[in-house]
Amino acid sequence: MNRFSYTKYFFILTVLVTGFLYALPNIFPTQPAIQIAYTDSGKSADQTLKNEIDEIILNNSIAVDEVLLRDNKLVLKFTELDEQLKAKTLIQKSLLDKVIIALNLEPSTPDWLKNIGGKPLKLGLDLSGGVHFLLEVDVDTAIEARLDPLLDSFRKTFQDEGINITKSSVDGMQLSFTFKDDASYQKGLQNIQADSILPTGTQYIIYEKPSSNTINFEYSDIAKKEVRDYAVGQNLITLRNRVNELGVSEPVVQREGANRIVVELPGVQDPTSAKKIIGKTANLEFRLEANSRTSPLRKERFEFKEDQIRTAFLERAVIVSGDRVTNANTGFDENGMSQVNITLDMQGGRAMQKATSGNIGRRLGVLFVEQKSRSRIGFDEDGNEVIKQTSYIEKKIISLATVQDVLGTSFRITGVGSPQEASELALLLRAGALAAPMKFVEERTVGPSLGKENIELGMRSIIIGFILVIAFMTFYYRVFGLAANVSLLLNLVLITGVMSMLGATLTLPGIAGIVLTVGMAVDANVLIFSRIREELKEKEPQSAIHDGFSRAFITIFDANITTLIAALILYVIGTGPVKGFAITLSIGIVTSMFTAIMCTRAMVNMIYGNKNIKELKI
Amino acid sequence: MDFKIPFMSYRKIASIFSIILFAVSVLSLSFKGLSLGLDFSGGTLVEVKYEEAVELEDIRSVLNENGFDDIQVVNFGTVQDVLIKVADQDGNSSIGETVFNILQNNNLEGELKRIEFVGPQVGSELRDQGGLGMLVALFMILLYVAFRFQYKFALGAVTALAHDVVIILGLFSLFAWDFDLTVLAALLAVIGYSLNDTIVVSDRIRENFRIERDTSAEETVNLSINQTLGRTIITSFTTLLVLFALFIFGGELIRGFSLALIIGVLIGTYSSIYVVANILMSLSITQDDLAVPEPEGAEFDDMMP
Repeated sequence: MNRFSYTKYFFILTVLVTGFLYALPNIFPTQPAIQIAYTDSGKSADQTLKNEIDEIILNNSIAVDEVLLRDNKLVLKFTELDEQLKAKTLIQKSLLDKVIIALNLEPSTPDWLKNIGGKPLKLGLDLSGGVHFLLEVDVDTAIEARLDPLLDSFRKTFQDEGINITKSSVDGMQLSFTFKDDASYQKGLQNIQADSILPTGTQYIIYEKPSSNTINFEYSDIAKKEVRDYAVGQNLITLRNRVNELGVSEPVVQREGANRIVVELPGVQDPTSAKKIIGKTANLEFRLEANSRTSPLRKERFEFKEDQIRTAFLERAVIVSGDRVTNANTGFDENGMSQVNITLDMQGGRAMQKATSGNIGRRLGVLFVEQKSRSRIGFDEDGNEVIKQTSYIEKKIISLATVQDVLGTSFRITGVGSPQEASELALLLRAGALAAPMKFVEERTVGPSLGKENIELGMRSIIIGFILVIAFMTFYYRVFGLAANVSLLLNLVLITGVMSMLGATLTLPGIAGIVLTVGMAVDANVLIFSRIREELKEKEPQSAIHDGFSRAFITIFDANITTLIAALILYVIGTGPVKGFAITLSIGIVTSMFTAIMCTRAMVNMIYGNKNIKELKI
Repeated sequence: MDFKIPFMSYRKIASIFSIILFAVSVLSLSFKGLSLGLDFSGGTLVEVKYEEAVELEDIRSVLNENGFDDIQVVNFGTVQDVLIKVADQDGNSSIGETVFNILQNNNLEGELKRIEFVGPQVGSELRDQGGLGMLVALFMILLYVAFRFQYKFALGAVTALAHDVVIILGLFSLFAWDFDLTVLAALLAVIGYSLNDTIVVSDRIRENFRIERDTSAEETVNLSINQTLGRTIITSFTTLLVLFALFIFGGELIRGFSLALIIGVLIGTYSSIYVVANILMSLSITQDDLAVPEPEGAEFDDMMP
């Protein structure tokens, strides 16, 4: 009696070994490393860069542990902290602004563990230190910005098709057209209805007023959702590009909910400069090319982004800047050549119209503006060589094309080369501007000392709590207590393993969740042991053990399922650190059920199973 | 541990005790309200660590001079740690940095430990979400318990949970302890914990009702509580052990969290003995309510180890 089948032992063993394996990466210490990426975010680190770096390392005899290419970056790992700093300085000195270098700590997980997907726990910002931003995309403004161009394009369509309108206006969130007569009204209505059809539904909600020959319409919820998704998606791309400029090792830029974006920058200590780069707008400038009549004072020479040798003179006056660009995408012209379609908002369209009306045949340049930092070698007060960084603004021409006609809110640039080049240009045009304005709605900065302190305090609480519980259980339940303690230890290992496997983030409340789990996990065993004690009064030891386990099981199951419900709800409503708590608590509940029921039972079976016991001490 | 405490003889006193606590909590909540932490109130918070203790008054006056009127300056854990709270100013997100810079420029240089800014909208959203989450949790649990046990147990369990939550909230209101997201998390954990207890007791009551057909409801309930008392005490004890470890060694940031849980475990233990049983007795639970005794754990047999 009280024996498990070999399959059952095998199953338990498999789960435990898997848990151990995935928990294992956490005991390997981190090692100092640097990550090198090209400053130009469009270029990923390649063999050329690797060769260059290899040479620098060789010439200066820096002790490097490992050099590898990963996610567009070159990662160098070191065994000594000094070597890391030395390498950073040397590489910065020789490559200067070509690359962005970030210092970080890399896990020293052995290859065989990495191959099975083993990785250490990710630390939340409250433990690693860094900056967390929550930005809100102003979707209403993005929708409003589309109304003027939309009005414009309908007016043009009506004009082209000979539909007479007497009045047209933007009324709040609605467009309003008044037609001259019923015939025009009917045609206009058909036009709007035809334009309204989307693959997913209708784009407009149309209010017909035949009595006054007026049609009002506004964007439907489907259309609004599309605008919102486009704006948020676009801003995400823009933000990722900007964050890359910061040279942070593991940044997070993620959509949250309908219209929010989370930006997490571990290790960044200066929220002000991070905010400046993230929050900046207007990265594009549209300017006319200078001609012979332009006075030298009013023109400026710029390099081309793609071809550094080529330059052109542009006028100093900016017609429109990037924040007026509402959309840019690629298409094909009449001859099947690639083109880029640009849409500006109303104000931008008006400015463009004014600037181009007398200047057909001249060329229009688009400047790409980037905030960059320049490194140079200088000396500090003590005469030590240091790298000083100054930030500056770089403007380069991404397009210079002849104006064929008076331009308005929407126009196109043709002769842009291959479809590939066209889509790159469209991306640059979009990346320069945010599709909709954003504002910071939440910000949390955690200093590095606080992060370290939090880890220490958290670990100390886990250890002290654990020791107290273990001491009590051993004292109170003897042999059974020891089995429960081993289960508790296995439980900790399993929680760590499962969290590492899932790539879950450990936060301070998450640590608290583990501590709480340690306290509560013994409950299942306590339930079982109390039950066995009770059963012992009437039964002989073997059946008392058996019945104790099986009677207690249903209680344990019910009690834990309800706690799991609470934890899951917490996960859904919680953000950041609280989510971390919900995760550890949920995982802890599941693993503690497994260890308390299966592992303790297995141990008890191995100790007492199939033996003739007269007396059971519990 | 064998107990023979006639718990149900004291059920009137317990009822009065619970009702008083509950009433005081509700009163305090409605008149005094909760002192909402940054997560819910919105605003800015700056924590600075100094090499040695500084006069809070100095910090206050420097900030007042620079136009910050609606501020709170308090020590956080130690006298070297200073926490500055600034009320929200139209969602301005850079107040924290401004405040820290003002201190640096006025001979109050310290080490920046953290800056937190929560916009007013996010704050109110978190508030709504938190309240909603709590209600959803209670409702889901009500459903589960009603499905697994019987509606009288479900009513008892949910009343016990509401009892625990309101009293903890009441204490936080009464003593003006900061109520933030971590405390809300603790509250939900308490729901889970207290329920754990409640279910263990209810489970035994159900079991005993099915076995002991000749005894009165009061006797059965008493017997069940006594049988599970050993387990209740030990589990509460081990949980309290780790919670005190967390409260004492876990640092200032999770003190509110561990405090809420400590109170929750105490109240939860009490409520699973008295509130649930009391409700069951008041709803005059009988054997008939659990008339069709399904074989114990039959539906889980295939899952048994």
